[in-house]
Amino acid sequence: MVELLMGNEAVAMGAIAAGVQVVSGYPGTPSTEVLETIAKRNPGHIHVEWSVNEKAGLEVAAGAAYAGVRSLVTMKQVGLNVASDPLMCVNYIGVKGGMVVYVADDPGPISSQTEQDTRHFGRYAKIPVFDCSSPEEAFQLIQDAFAFSEREGVPVILRSTTRVCHSCASLDVPEVHPPQKADGFEKDPRWVIFPRLSYMAKKRIFAAEEKYAAEFSRFEKNEIIGSGPVGIACGGVSFAYVMDAIAGKEDRYTVFKVATPYPFPEEKGKSFLNSVQKAYVFEELDPVIEDSLIYLRPEIEIFGKRNGCVPVAGELSCDIVSAVLGLNEAEKGSSLDAPKLPPRPPVLCAGCPHRASFYAVKKAMKGKKAVFCGDIGCYTLGNAMPLDMVDTCLCMGAGITVAQGLYHADQEAQQFAFIGDSTFFASGITGVINAVYNKADLILVILDNRTTAMTGHQPHPGIGMTVMREETEVVDIGAILKGCGLTFIRHVDPFDLEKAVATVKEAADERGVRAIIFRSPCIALEKHDAFLTVDEDRCSGCFKCIRELGCPALIKGEEKTSINPKLCIGCGLCQSICPKDCIGKGGAPS
Amino acid sequence: MKSCLLCGVGGQGTVLASRIMASAAMEKGLFARTAETIGMAQRGGSVVSHVRIGEYVPSPLIPAKGADVILGFEPGEVLRNLNFLKEDGTVIVCPDEVVPITASLSGSAYDGKAILDHLRSVVSRLVVLDTAEIIAACGSSRVVNVALLGALAESGVMGIDREEMHHALKKKIKPALLAVNEKALNMGAETIGREK
Repeated sequence: MVELLMGNEAVAMGAIAAGVQVVSGYPGTPSTEVLETIAKRNPGHIHVEWSVNEKAGLEVAAGAAYAGVRSLVTMKQVGLNVASDPLMCVNYIGVKGGMVVYVADDPGPISSQTEQDTRHFGRYAKIPVFDCSSPEEAFQLIQDAFAFSEREGVPVILRSTTRVCHSCASLDVPEVHPPQKADGFEKDPRWVIFPRLSYMAKKRIFAAEEKYAAEFSRFEKNEIIGSGPVGIACGGVSFAYVMDAIAGKEDRYTVFKVATPYPFPEEKGKSFLNSVQKAYVFEELDPVIEDSLIYLRPEIEIFGKRNGCVPVAGELSCDIVSAVLGLNEAEKGSSLDAPKLPPRPPVLCAGCPHRASFYAVKKAMKGKKAVFCGDIGCYTLGNAMPLDMVDTCLCMGAGITVAQGLYHADQEAQQFAFIGDSTFFASGITGVINAVYNKADLILVILDNRTTAMTGHQPHPGIGMTVMREETEVVDIGAILKGCGLTFIRHVDPFDLEKAVATVKEAADERGVRAIIFRSPCIALEKHDAFLTVDEDRCSGCFKCIRELGCPALIKGEEKTSINPKLCIGCGLCQSICPKDCIGKGGAPS
Repeated sequence: MKSCLLCGVGGQGTVLASRIMASAAMEKGLFARTAETIGMAQRGGSVVSHVRIGEYVPSPLIPAKGADVILGFEPGEVLRNLNFLKEDGTVIVCPDEVVPITASLSGSAYDGKAILDHLRSVVSRLVVLDTAEIIAACGSSRVVNVALLGALAESGVMGIDREEMHHALKKKIKPALLAVNEKALNMGAETIGREK
């Protein structure tokens, strides 16, 4: 049946078609929809789980592959950093069932901390990397990746990028094949990593690199298209941009599309270089294909990132490819009389409980020296004005531990660490134990909105529900903190502003590691009918609500504030700070 | 190949509209590609969806001056993305402005009417939906995306007619919400021909 499938959905359908039986992962843009689609389309025989983090997910997938079933683990590029310990080791052990590590990279970056390139990780771990250039190719490539992994007994990486993950294409999805029956785990010394075994494995891995490179030169998805005098090497979505840019002028070019950036298909690379007069390289993130071509000691000149012809950061596009190839028509300047347009960056939603939590802490600590360490999630948006409540942000779980380093260096300021519920489970707990053990002084603020909001509302260990919508044990954050040795643990509704401010002040008067759990569900989880309105007669136009809260539902008029009823959900935060008490219930929108 | 850029503010329903359009094209046996904004940028920020349909569609992203039509969910977002429009391209737009909080905080002007006046002066074919009338008649502001699709179908720019769009709509919308959306589709379509 022909369906419109997103790249991530195509990966999921390809994995199901390949007979995958265990799927694990941690949500992260742009990778999330793979696991969600497998859960949604699960024929019933697949174990699908949101693991607590990427390391746990990769280990679950490895165990399943040890037992002979096909397994898949999904994550975004920075998630692979978390999973790098098992990743580096599992190649030394090998697998029995096919094992694919699906990693979505984020050129731009659009929703990430770094622009790191997973193809390097493959090379570093000496794990073969397949790279998707379109949803339709992704559907096939994951099946090729599973077959390769199982045949060779090694894990493989399937790499994708945002514009493949989140673009849709018409795709003919065939009937699902029933999975093969696995033998189960067989005890054998090969499953236990030891120095002697690793020494032998290193030799095997090194030898395999050359063998795979030769095989990949014969792989049909590493393709040379056309026979024009100018060469273009590319991989991933850049292939699509190249084909768009050279449409109608194909006879001028020879295009080398690389679907396996590691091990690099050297023989095919050499024949490409020998057939052209010069070569351009278009790839997002790092110059991986480019360096592999340069390593072949070409006699022709190569134009890419290394000599400044192609931008080193940000996404590529058809327009950039056209400009580098000299195919662009002159750019017409924008008209001068156009009205000025302020930027529209992402913001905390109207009614977001994080706004109330940040505001309460800000109020309570007004005039006192405090540092606010942030973390990864929607609440990173608390950095924007006017809240301005994120002083540091590094990586998942780092807020708690960075706060400890700041405290040991400077005991004058009160350190705060903000962390969301899902991030707390993923990588916050070890930081709390470290703080207690090493006598740090900080206030831990857990922003518990009962979901993994930023990536599209996935359940987590604190919710009591699995990705398959089955009931499960609830892991209680307060009980974890108590178990870690904390004695000051308070639960507060952040919209009870008075109590929230008082609790923060109370915590600030204590010493040691204190925790405040602000619990209020993400507004996207529920329907909201109420909205507030401004009594124009009483509004003095002080705009305190806008200046202090920055809620997108509040609109600054000439003299008065007004409220956008389509955005307002009636959370009441602006109502509780209005000095003229002029904000009240408006009613329910139609 | 025909290309349509949908632009608006995160949460306005651009993704569903692009999926309905692509489905309608696929029903005709055409190949479709879309690309959407998902993730952090969705949180009330500027969002765009690219829809490209035809026999051969090499890339999901529309290049500069590559869009046959811009479907604007918000006038300022059309202005922000005007460089995507072909010289003789069409713009179909909702007139309702969504003031960015950055404008309220900085006190800078954000005047939807001024933006529409500017668009009128630079765009060769501009269709402005009467969203107030449509929302009042349908009893919901959630149908504006489908009204835009109705106007798009009737304009003929993408080669998908109202019947084909309606067929795709029926597959993508919950039965309980179908009637109001059909009304919105038709009211959007009837805008064409009445445009100033």
